[in-house]
Amino acid sequence: MLRDAWAVFAKDLRIEAKTRVGLWQVLPFAVIALVTFAFALGPGKSALSAAAAGMCWVGVAFSSVLVVGRSQGIEREHGVRTAQRLAGIDPAGVFLGKTGAVAVQLAVIEVVLGAGAVGLLGYHVHRLWLLLVASVLATIGLAAVGTIYGALTGAARARETLLPMLVLPIVIPVLIAGVRCWQAASVSSAPRVGEWLSVLGAFAVIYIAAGVVLYGQIEEVQ
Amino acid sequence: MKQRKVTILGWAAVVTLAATAFFGIVVTPPDVVQRQYVRFLYLHPPMAWVAYLAFGIAAAASILYLWPKTRRMAFDALALACVESGVLFTGLVVVTGSMWAHPVWGTYWVWDARLTATALMFVLFLGYLALRRVGGSPEQVAKRSAIAALVSFIDVPIVHFSVLWWNTLHQGPSVLTPGLSSQGVHGAMAWTMLLSFVAFTLLFAWMVARRMELERLRLGGTNRSLEEQLAARRAEGVPA
Repeated sequence: MLRDAWAVFAKDLRIEAKTRVGLWQVLPFAVIALVTFAFALGPGKSALSAAAAGMCWVGVAFSSVLVVGRSQGIEREHGVRTAQRLAGIDPAGVFLGKTGAVAVQLAVIEVVLGAGAVGLLGYHVHRLWLLLVASVLATIGLAAVGTIYGALTGAARARETLLPMLVLPIVIPVLIAGVRCWQAASVSSAPRVGEWLSVLGAFAVIYIAAGVVLYGQIEEVQ
Repeated sequence: MKQRKVTILGWAAVVTLAATAFFGIVVTPPDVVQRQYVRFLYLHPPMAWVAYLAFGIAAAASILYLWPKTRRMAFDALALACVESGVLFTGLVVVTGSMWAHPVWGTYWVWDARLTATALMFVLFLGYLALRRVGGSPEQVAKRSAIAALVSFIDVPIVHFSVLWWNTLHQGPSVLTPGLSSQGVHGAMAWTMLLSFVAFTLLFAWMVARRMELERLRLGGTNRSLEEQLAARRAEGVPA
């Protein structure tokens, strides 16, 4: 399973490296979203720095829909899905590989948005470890649930509208906990950090487990 | 379920709902603090109970459908019927909650934990109903929907705890506590409230039974040719 996961992971990232869809379409979208929020909130430094974490994570959540849509689009092209089945690739491996590739792309978006928050919005990082741990857990959760729903809606004609409708409500806990952790990371001490990290960790573990168990059945309905 | 049993269920729901209305409006007294608005107690909590029950049964039915040994289209129909009823009751919970909140809290909506969690649950399962319309064979739709129901349902406790830590203003549970009197609900009010739970549960059961029957007829219809369906309708003496 892990060897299959690595093969799918490397394949997806190689395709992204060659086509650069994420670099030229998704990343600019995320940056535009961040700047648009800033225009909506006004130039006040205190309001922008207070909202910076929320703006970043909303940008990441919206971008995740585009990244997942692209990730599943690769599978639809050139009979990739059929080829994977004929090659006997473990569906759980496909899920883990695709989730990993989506997570890497989301991590790049988070780094860019985080840098934008520091540079443009006056966000300060006091506890880097908290920022990193929260980001890793949140990214895994977002990627896992996105990959599950991306595959479920892959065959739908209206998948572009259906995917955000399904993904965005379900990732609200990640959004809340991610924002709270990033806010806590910008100050020297904050309450309930452990609880927010446990929400992110539980979300990631539960949806990775659900994907590993269910992805075989999801592939049957595509 | 036999048609006769469904009819009995429907009448039981009507009788218990009527009794709830009678006890809730005529017999029970107004509250010292909330005055007449306390009568939402016989409407809002039982609807919330039915909504959670519906989504719980839908998740259980979805697991049974996904498990190869127990795979039956009846479980898919049960999940569909429960989610449709659950979405309806969740919507009503949000509406009645806002109507109750305005005189008691002074606002129609606050970003309170349970309000937010309930509204999110409403949107989550609306997504399930949207996904059902994607198309495909009945088996494809059933499997896709079962997975979506399960994925959505396991999000409910995570949503609950995350929004609970995020913000809460709501009062504690009214019924699922060691003693009803601990929350100030006692005597006639407590029994009327419990009656309302029975009444709304019976109504939910009747709605689910009727919806499952409709789904069975619809699936039966898609498996038969148009001529066979017309012949069956003519045999009933109904103009086709």
